[in-house]
Amino acid sequence: MSGPWIGLDVLYVLAGLLFAVFAVASLLDRTNPKRFGSALFWGLFAASFLVGSYLPDVVNGGIMVAMALTAGFNLMSRGEHPQPVDKPQRAERWGNRLFIPALIPPVVTLLGTLTLKGVEVSGHPLVDPKQVTLISLGAGILLATAVALIMFRASPVTATREGRRLMDSVGWAGLLPQALAALGAVFAAGHVGDVIGGLASDWLPLGTPLAAVCAYTLGMALFTAIMGNAFAAFPVMTAAIGLPIIVGQFGGNPAIMGAIGMLSGFCGTLTTPMAANFNIVPAALLELSDRNGVIKAQLPTALMLLIANTVLMYVLVYHF
Amino acid sequence: MWVLLGVAVVVVGFAARLNPLLIVAGAAIVTGIAAGMDLLATLAVLGKAFKDNRYISVVWLILPLIGLLEREGLQERAKALIGKLREATAGRLLLIYLVIRQLAAAVGLTSLGGHAQMVRPLIAPMAEAAAEAQAPGLNPAQRERVKAMAAATDNVGLFFGEDIFIAIASILLIKGFLEENGIVVEPLQLSMWAIPTAILALLIHGTRLLLLDRRLGRAAGQ
Repeated sequence: MSGPWIGLDVLYVLAGLLFAVFAVASLLDRTNPKRFGSALFWGLFAASFLVGSYLPDVVNGGIMVAMALTAGFNLMSRGEHPQPVDKPQRAERWGNRLFIPALIPPVVTLLGTLTLKGVEVSGHPLVDPKQVTLISLGAGILLATAVALIMFRASPVTATREGRRLMDSVGWAGLLPQALAALGAVFAAGHVGDVIGGLASDWLPLGTPLAAVCAYTLGMALFTAIMGNAFAAFPVMTAAIGLPIIVGQFGGNPAIMGAIGMLSGFCGTLTTPMAANFNIVPAALLELSDRNGVIKAQLPTALMLLIANTVLMYVLVYHF
Repeated sequence: MWVLLGVAVVVVGFAARLNPLLIVAGAAIVTGIAAGMDLLATLAVLGKAFKDNRYISVVWLILPLIGLLEREGLQERAKALIGKLREATAGRLLLIYLVIRQLAAAVGLTSLGGHAQMVRPLIAPMAEAAAEAQAPGLNPAQRERVKAMAAATDNVGLFFGEDIFIAIASILLIKGFLEENGIVVEPLQLSMWAIPTAILALLIHGTRLLLLDRRLGRAAGQ
């Protein structure tokens, strides 16, 4: 074989198997009022992980649209997952040992990221050097799950049932971050960013150093809110306003422009449902009744920090 | 210009509170067709990116572990720990978490934290327990507020800490983009200029967290 021994494909098989178990268990779960739709959704997710690499792109696109339709037409639901009534007693019994399995994944991720890069076995890299962090995280999760199973004398069936309890509470939101990344690629193929960048440089007032800074920081935040991702906004807004006007015309410092510009984009990330993994997924994980609850909690911080970034950039960018 | 119709689908869809997955699929198809692709070509672009971004959803592998730990009382244990600390308030606890999250992200430890790994099993229950002690008879709206603030604090700490680390993706993106345009900057210069915003983020969000305590205290006094 060529290439690394362990790549993302290993994690994809594991995730595919887990979602396949969720799909079958959902199908058999009579407490779920929409068990067929739920089984379809998780089954499609499983298929995309297990065989997605071998399917034509159109079919993968079809899988995503089918999952969106299943969720969008409200065809999926969740089962009832009763919890043991003696949880406080169990917590008492384990004490702080309960935190050990919880801390294994971050520790293993850290150690793996620091040590696994460059390790070779029989002439091939042990892990894909581009994916060391994710593979280390996967290894940490597996190790921690094994430790927890032994510690609690639990069966893997219990583990997948508990996993499905949480996955049910997250529901369709669990696909959203990946789906939004795919939408980003379609936006890129349609040159949406270039059109918006052109509009920004044509219509925003850019005639003074202050106006240029305001247009750039606010533009970064707004465009990030639309795209859900500051990384998509940065090249567009910087090419439209940052480089030609702030640096080129008014002689600003490019390092300060870039650093604070990106952080202005992050303020936009805090305000938008398009940044699903930071804003919508936690609302689902915490079982909030308002799916925009996290955004509402962040909004004052985001707006004040955006103003602060604008002032900071204006004060710093033309003086260093 | 027509490609902006896809953006319009997103804005209108979220405003109308449609299912976000449906909005995403609809926006993708509208954008593709407005850009002159046919339906199958659009599906292919979407499908290729969907396949290439599967790594994003790999994080759900952690759920069986978190579920097992919750079954054995992890949230209850986290609450009990907070109950022992008389000085603990929801705001102070989240402020400490904000500082730790920012510092950890600033030295590259961005995986130390996160909503599935830290906030749901540990931080949110701890903040809730502290808030219950501050304001006995916490109403559901206040409870939601405290939980949402826990998630918000994780985000703010991550976003405004990570750019201080020189090898984080966003710093490398800025460096790469400037280099393409003939401007060479060192990652250290970029990360240095992320520090003022990091300090302001701590001050602004930290103040809001302490104000949360005052609100909870007032609610208890009524």
